[in-house]
Amino acid sequence: MSKKAQKEKSMILQKEMIEGLFNDLANSKELGKKVCYTFIPGNLSELIQTFDMLPVYPEINALQNAMRKKSRAYIREAEKNAHSEDVCTYVKCDVGMMMKGNIGPTGQQLPEPDVLLLSYTGCFTFMKWFETLKREYPNAKVIMVHTPYQENGEITPEMLQYMTKQFKEEVIPQMEEVSGVKYDEDKLKRILALSAEAEDLITKIFETTKHKPSPIDAYFAGVYYIGPINIGFRGTQKAIDYYKELYKEIQIRIKNGQGPITPEGEMKEEKYRLVVEGPPNWTSFREFWKIFYDMGAVIVASSYTKVGGVYDYGWRHDPERPLEALAEYCMNCYTNMNIPQRIELLKKCIVDYDADGYITNSIKSCNSFSAGQLGMMREIEDSLEIPVGFIESDLVDPRYFSYSNIKNRLESYFQMLEQRKKMETETV
Amino acid sequence: MKNLSELISECKQYAFDLDFSRAKNWKEEKEGRVLVGYMPIYFPREIIHAAGAMPVGIFGGGDNKQIIKGDAYYQSYICHIPRSILEIALDKQMDHIDGFIFPSICDVIRNLSGIFKQQKIGKFVKYMDFPQNFLPAIGGVFYQQEMEHVLKYIKEINGKEVTTEDLNHSIKLYNKNRELIELIYNIRQDFPWRLSIEEVYSIVRAGTVIPVEEHNAILEQICIHIKEEIGTPQDKIKVVISGAFCEQPSLGLIRAVEEAGCYVIDDDYMLGSRMILGDIDATTNKPLESIALSYINQSQYSSSIYDVHNPKENRLAKIVKDRGANGVIFASASFCDPSLLDAPIFQNAFDKMGIRYIAFQYSENINQYKVIKEQVGTFSDSIKLWEDEPILT
Repeated sequence: MSKKAQKEKSMILQKEMIEGLFNDLANSKELGKKVCYTFIPGNLSELIQTFDMLPVYPEINALQNAMRKKSRAYIREAEKNAHSEDVCTYVKCDVGMMMKGNIGPTGQQLPEPDVLLLSYTGCFTFMKWFETLKREYPNAKVIMVHTPYQENGEITPEMLQYMTKQFKEEVIPQMEEVSGVKYDEDKLKRILALSAEAEDLITKIFETTKHKPSPIDAYFAGVYYIGPINIGFRGTQKAIDYYKELYKEIQIRIKNGQGPITPEGEMKEEKYRLVVEGPPNWTSFREFWKIFYDMGAVIVASSYTKVGGVYDYGWRHDPERPLEALAEYCMNCYTNMNIPQRIELLKKCIVDYDADGYITNSIKSCNSFSAGQLGMMREIEDSLEIPVGFIESDLVDPRYFSYSNIKNRLESYFQMLEQRKKMETETV
Repeated sequence: MKNLSELISECKQYAFDLDFSRAKNWKEEKEGRVLVGYMPIYFPREIIHAAGAMPVGIFGGGDNKQIIKGDAYYQSYICHIPRSILEIALDKQMDHIDGFIFPSICDVIRNLSGIFKQQKIGKFVKYMDFPQNFLPAIGGVFYQQEMEHVLKYIKEINGKEVTTEDLNHSIKLYNKNRELIELIYNIRQDFPWRLSIEEVYSIVRAGTVIPVEEHNAILEQICIHIKEEIGTPQDKIKVVISGAFCEQPSLGLIRAVEEAGCYVIDDDYMLGSRMILGDIDATTNKPLESIALSYINQSQYSSSIYDVHNPKENRLAKIVKDRGANGVIFASASFCDPSLLDAPIFQNAFDKMGIRYIAFQYSENINQYKVIKEQVGTFSDSIKLWEDEPILT
């Protein structure tokens, strides 16, 4: 665990981008920029950029705090103030951080929000979260964007119309008012064109796991890859440059027949190809990942990397239909899809990426993901006859990460996969 | 007219019948009748009634249902109600119900709609996305479209084209229903000993599983009875219960709170039946618009409705004041996100306002109430003994 992680150029690029964002946030007043707090699923990065605002993503702060081992103290602080043990730990980590002075994960002070852009997409807790924040930041304007759920597995014209009306009549006028910037549709279109380019690139990157061995891990490394596209850089040239560099590096790995890079170097042997449903645990992220790569398991696709947008079926932001594109984007995020759609998408991943197994990491405090996962797992197991595994942890509360328990379960699961592979070989 | 105990006994039979027998009988009485199940919290039952169907409230299995299959679908850290609803469905106790509506409450109920779809339970499954935009031209229109989807599903089963007259007639019936329920609460505000909260709960819950016409008749008789001076006043404080709007506490727990020294003079147990405050306009030629406007302008506060422009803590404080309550009991189902995430908002505000409260968690299937009774009893005693003392925060 103490080995120094290998860093490629794309990693350095990403680090610079994120540091730049947090620097800008720390100096937002000097820069004359308004600050918009919002969420990853259904994030309206392009609109935020159109109004020259800076984004803050509370759930990203929470997960980064967890990776830096700060979340436990923040959660404790929130629980001292009537927050239940049994609710979303992202919320508690964020509230605790705020109560302790709102020092962000990089150690810099985060600015207070001018806008709480409640892109209420696929998660009820988002709404409760911003209701809580509004009481802490009474001067911030709350702008609600209600994203209808794909309850029937489709986006209807009524849903699209409902969202675009909200943009035209509520969101845009209020963002103009707060930012003092006039809405410029041509600017939005230019940003959207860059978004589509980044979406093409990230799709190509995640499709590289079709190679054997897979050159990347689409879950543990995937969460880093989705960083730029999800945290405010979608729609910028910087994101495109980052993804081009990353894609180039992956192509070299494919050419050399190399496996994914892990924190302890290159994974030498790919023994199992897996699809994972559910977010990762952030408090023990490296230990969690290590269990997998030590066993030669690579994740070839994951649902978590689709929370900020599902591009698998070819959908891209269309600059010619700017507001419709924003609406479709929100409605297409993974947790805004109904359970049968989620099952179909996971099955497609298992087949397309030739996975040997399917694992659910069920997160205690995330009902948006977790409620229904057992039924999904059962259907995937029955219809594809694929071995399934189930582990439990939490997002950012270290009390709910039991290393031995998870390791035991995964080892048993990998033994089962091994046995199955042997039997298949013998049959052939 | 039946006597009060007969009426209450009848209501209890209906309210906790997990085979939904009255609804089943109603359906069998005439060919072409349709049953539509709906989950908590609120659904505009008027439209189902107008479509010649009967709405059937599905509020979980309580402490009367052993869970075996449902547990295989839900992790231990998810609330209890989805597993008991699924258990009832998989045990075929809802086979006579044609369609199911899952109003937008939380992620668990939303995803349960997907499990119903996956399991192919019912002829239709509809997740009802209530608008969180409250402009009539935006959220109001979307809400009307959502209601039209429900009417379309019912029409596919019974072929009935719903008219303006049908809708206005149904609106009137449910206006009457809400008016009578409110009358019971208003009488109990001053004379809570005339009807216990356990009895009120059973009476209101019965109305979710029988035809509204029958329920109105029962309510009218009950109102006549409780306008008379009956029962004996006891030395209890008055409280409002908040947070128990979805997964329902067992009847024993509801009883236990009152036995421990609190008259519950308002609550959100069956919030859906009391969600709309006052009448919905039943005189227009756009009844769906009237229903949508009532949701936008006349809704009670709810943990599932975005509240920034009308904060819920102020609204609950007003209920406490208007009812003359001594305090609030926050009762949340374990792992209930909407209720538990609201708790800090309420409690921080009430600390500042000087409103006394306690909070506990429950599960629909718990039937041991000793700890909760002691907690509630202590709360009651503390108010009786020191009600004039300022709250130290």
